Amino acid sequence: MKPAAFDYVRADSAQAAAELLQQHGENARILAGGQSLMAVLNMRLAQPGLLIDISRSVELASITVMPGTVRVGAAVTQAQLQAHADVPPLLALAFPWISHFPIRNRGTVCGSIAHADPSAELPLCLVALRGTVHLRSARGRRDVPAPDFFTGLLSTARRADELIEAVSFPRPQPDEAFGFAEHARRHGDFALCAVAMVASSRGLRVAVGGLSDRPNAIDLPALTGPALDDVINELAWSLDVRDDPHTSATTRRHLLRQLARKATPPARRSA
Amino acid sequence: MSQPVLSRDALHTVHVTLDGQARRAQARPRLLLSDFLRHELGATGTHVGCEHGVCGACTVRIDGVAQRACLTLAVQVDGRCVDTVQASQGSNRTLDALRAAFKRHHALQCGFCTAGILMSSADWLQRQQAIGHRPNEAEVRDMLSGHLCRCTGYTPIVHAVLEVAHA
Repeated sequence: MKPAAFDYVRADSAQAAAELLQQHGENARILAGGQSLMAVLNMRLAQPGLLIDISRSVELASITVMPGTVRVGAAVTQAQLQAHADVPPLLALAFPWISHFPIRNRGTVCGSIAHADPSAELPLCLVALRGTVHLRSARGRRDVPAPDFFTGLLSTARRADELIEAVSFPRPQPDEAFGFAEHARRHGDFALCAVAMVASSRGLRVAVGGLSDRPNAIDLPALTGPALDDVINELAWSLDVRDDPHTSATTRRHLLRQLARKATPPARRSA
Repeated sequence: MSQPVLSRDALHTVHVTLDGQARRAQARPRLLLSDFLRHELGATGTHVGCEHGVCGACTVRIDGVAQRACLTLAVQVDGRCVDTVQASQGSNRTLDALRAAFKRHHALQCGFCTAGILMSSADWLQRQQAIGHRPNEAEVRDMLSGHLCRCTGYTPIVHAVLEVAHA
């Protein structure tokens, strides 16, 4: 449970980190909060040659509130965003489910998105809200919409020479209501199933985590009651849900059907 | 700007303010803060349990914020303040109050997890006090969910933390 040897360098800016990534490519990993990466290193599931530590970068540590979005830099911790006055309401519902207090103190928002665990709450919320991932390399910048960013189990559209410089969450619209529900074996464990919902005058957006290799979202008309249950049931059967040693696919599909009811924002639950 | 690359094979000097005292020792980049504290600085009050962030025994405060020492590299805390369960009496009022309450409520038996629980609880309670919030039992239990204790069944720990929260 000790990491294999690696070189270590501190990068004070996104540009510096990007230049190091250009030089070292897949042999290097970005270390932000390390709450996923350090555990992976300790178990030697990854053995990078170089860690690029961005956790002390002042440039990457800001939360910027813009008219339409909240932009969260790569070094911002989950605890900092959770305590921020403009935390997106869906995230405010999800944060208490994300691991535990000392982990959120250090774990970063962007790090969880870069890690892309299919059960993690932040990738799920980013997909539910149609957020944006801002990537930076020595070649330049590009933005990837959240649903396109997650490409599979722990896999993303990030290229080896890119780092996530920031992610943007849309700010709530007046007609929007949000819901979040999750089930895990212990509070703070990875979700067996998690559901995020955004209800608006345009309809209902449902995002599901923990069931397949990445978060999935669908847009529905403004359904309620049994009609909504039916669509959720179809969604449960449409996803590639697998049995694993802890939980059967049947259980996970059942959890989705139950959690979707819990996650439906109150105004949509009846009527 | 990036700093110089610290080579994997070389020893690098790490300066920390450990429980108020300036200390320094050598570390290779792969050395975990938990091992740095125990083996290089002799500060064995911080305990090592699971070494992947689950059990909470190694929780320390880095610049005041409760974090896992097993998920932190020693070289990352260079120039920072690290506070542990070994902080002297009188250095932190919340920690002192928690220690006394743990004793009164029998909130420890073997004491292995206590080192981390005290550090998390002290940080968390100070933040609640700062915003004028008096936490309830459910909130205390939620905070403690990041720590594993196999002796007490948690109830005495919850009582001890609540007593300090409402003092």
